[in-house]
Amino acid sequence: MIPELGHFALWLAVGVTLVLGVLPLVGAQRGRTDLMLLARPATSVLMGLVLLAFGCLIASFVRNDFSVLNVASNSNSALPLMYRIAASWGSHEGSLILWLLMQAGWAWAVANFSRNLPLPMLARTLAVMGLLTLSFLLFVLLSSNPFDRILPVPLDGQDLNPQLQDPGMIFHPPMLYMGYVGFSVAFAFAVAALIGGNLDAQWARWMRPWTTVAWAFLTFGIALGSWWAYYELGWGGWWFWDAVENASFMPWLVGTALIHSLAVSEKRGSFKSWTVLLAISAYSLSLLGTFLVRSGVITSVHSFASDPARGLFILVMLGITVGAALTLYAWRASSVGLGARFEMLSRETMLLTNNVLLVVATAAVMLGTLYPLILDALGLGKISVGAPYFDAVFVPIMAVLVFFMGIGPLSRWKRDEMPALSRRLRWAAGVTVISALLSAWVGGKLTIMSILGLLMAFWITASVAADLWERIKPIKGMAGMQAPWWQRLRQLPRAGVGMMLAHLGVALFCFGVTMVGTYDVEKDVAMGPGDSTTVSGYTFTYLGAKPANGPNYEALRGHLTVVRDGKPIAEMFPEKRIYRVQRNPMTEAAIYTRVRGDLYVQLGEVIEGETWLVRIWVKPFVSWIWFGCLVMGLGGILAITDRRYRAKAGATATEGAGAMSGVSAAR
Amino acid sequence: MKLLRALIPLALFAAVAVFLAMGLGLNPSEVPSPLIGKPAPAFALPQLVDGTVTGTSTSSNTTTNTSTSTSTSTGQPLSREDLLGKVWMLNVWASWCAPCREEHPLVVDIAQRKLVPVYGLNYKDAPAAATQWLRQLGNPYTGVLVDADGRVGIDFGVYGVPETFIIDRQGIVRFKHVGPLNAGVVRDKIEPLLRTLNAPG
Repeated sequence: MIPELGHFALWLAVGVTLVLGVLPLVGAQRGRTDLMLLARPATSVLMGLVLLAFGCLIASFVRNDFSVLNVASNSNSALPLMYRIAASWGSHEGSLILWLLMQAGWAWAVANFSRNLPLPMLARTLAVMGLLTLSFLLFVLLSSNPFDRILPVPLDGQDLNPQLQDPGMIFHPPMLYMGYVGFSVAFAFAVAALIGGNLDAQWARWMRPWTTVAWAFLTFGIALGSWWAYYELGWGGWWFWDAVENASFMPWLVGTALIHSLAVSEKRGSFKSWTVLLAISAYSLSLLGTFLVRSGVITSVHSFASDPARGLFILVMLGITVGAALTLYAWRASSVGLGARFEMLSRETMLLTNNVLLVVATAAVMLGTLYPLILDALGLGKISVGAPYFDAVFVPIMAVLVFFMGIGPLSRWKRDEMPALSRRLRWAAGVTVISALLSAWVGGKLTIMSILGLLMAFWITASVAADLWERIKPIKGMAGMQAPWWQRLRQLPRAGVGMMLAHLGVALFCFGVTMVGTYDVEKDVAMGPGDSTTVSGYTFTYLGAKPANGPNYEALRGHLTVVRDGKPIAEMFPEKRIYRVQRNPMTEAAIYTRVRGDLYVQLGEVIEGETWLVRIWVKPFVSWIWFGCLVMGLGGILAITDRRYRAKAGATATEGAGAMSGVSAAR
Repeated sequence: MKLLRALIPLALFAAVAVFLAMGLGLNPSEVPSPLIGKPAPAFALPQLVDGTVTGTSTSSNTTTNTSTSTSTSTGQPLSREDLLGKVWMLNVWASWCAPCREEHPLVVDIAQRKLVPVYGLNYKDAPAAATQWLRQLGNPYTGVLVDADGRVGIDFGVYGVPETFIIDRQGIVRFKHVGPLNAGVVRDKIEPLLRTLNAPG
């Protein structure tokens, strides 16, 4: 009964999205308030139905209902409860229900947290989101129904892929999808504004917090995925330029460009048509990622079981969604005004440079990801594009980007003077060069890449400090008339502090990447009980391995002690597991994390008897990579708590009226 | 002019979409082997008999052949030269490999229908585990070569287990399949090829 209820809820949701996707749109065009007012309640009903379907799917997993094909293929009665819940989004079908939940959830959030949005704008935005939801509903119902039953009912399920039986599976997909789908809000706002013709600063202000939240979630999601791959896959790396990773990275890059371009659109009314294009692109790239992961056109370590028929369905969806949005763009964007003028040396120019570099970086990632496919399609042979390409293309672009990232926040809108700008930055530049050279010298290994990476990290940090100083320093001739610096610090707008925090996150990230890239040490040793080996000053002693069985796996747990300078540092327990149902061996690395780096130990293969091939890494500052991402995302979250996004009705009423007149003018 | 510029994103997207559509019809995991049309790499490997490995192991890279016997009965090391003069299939497998389990019924079927003698290449596996696996699932192999260190696998360009090769009477590799066999491949590719290769003349 429960699966049928879920299935039925999805069909009802189709009906609701048809109403939501058509009537408010018609109402907005014809000025019919009654039709426009349908958008909000319809969104709530949609949310309720999708939530019900999602609940039914989870219930089927929790109750071990193996008559449901999806449960039988992805779960097992011995699977712990939390993984049975996570298994409901572990398959292609289930993950689409999660996607739908996010899609409906974002629409519901827009409906409920945008009370001061003019009605036509809200009606159009929600209608577009309704149509996006409709396309995914049809995809689920027509090609990937997670509620299908099987006969005869198997006694037990085939279990969740052991690699997915990890806390990462519980948090990574929801975070990532929050980000992916969150960009649909920006997409819907952009399309709604193109239809309504009200692309103005107020529009950018509405869109900004939504985009920033989606971006922050995507940042968390990607970072979690990277961390999970690091500790679970046992390759010791944190990013592999795999097609699926790239699929999540491309929307992130464009999303990053979008939040910067929105700043210009909001503050100066410029870049509007560019902002619209980025908003369309960010969500389009999310869809492209979905296509790449699920269609089987690209080989990847973590794609879903692929099916060309599903691939065709998503491609048609992609074609209609993106094609329609870009056609609308081509039709309407040519009439968008240019906005305020600016000089060559100005913050606008810096942000434009940021945008161009991020878009070029996205294009480079996309080219590398699709190049094997393109060559194959043209019959020019089979190749794969790996890390050497991406590193060679990506690092220089990022280096230039980081250079401008230091200057941008300190330059003035509209027009700046070179002498003044360089005066604001000269201390930062000096500190950067000295500290980068000093740390490379202390580290004891000077390479071009390590110095470049350290320069990037210190340049960001120093310029953020210079920016902060500019904002709170005492103004000459005003002594005694202004608040002391600590009060001024507290009065800084949260949007500005959020930006600084996010930029500092990039610095932490750069530092981590550089340190682990330069000073990472790896050693493979054959170790029997009692054997010791020393890596980077740490002495690892292998004590032996004991059986350690889990609920649905058998395991051998190795035991190592780590000593440095005679002091015990850590006890480490790497495992080798065989999951009972799927029988594939899994390696669980033991990781000891500290601020200044990780010790990473993994059991390889048995050489003979009790002697194992043990792989040991010492990875300095590696956790800074993910901590940096966390700080970036938190910066975004802090920025959206800024006062001006919670503008009171009085302030927005007049601006809203302006937007309304924009609507009528466009009509 | 302005309209043309506004159309650029749409044109770019259309181009990408065309390639994606073409990509749907392609199989990225189907990698043509450079070995096709070339002689199979030389090997001389011990064989698996009931959990023990018999026959002296020699590295595939050395040309020394410890066994001059042309007999292919179990218990003797087997080399490429021993198999010259007949068409045979090489199926790379291991007891730790889940997809091997999946394709195994098809391999058994091929052997039972006597389409072609199938030799197994037991890749980086423990002999006891391999024997246990064959007892449990059935042994379709005329002989099982033991490639414990995976050297012969490297010579054959194996990058994922299972893989399947067909080698003709002259010892030339004529076909390679990466990943588990499926009924379609057997029916549409392997069977027609075997008919041609086994044709008298």
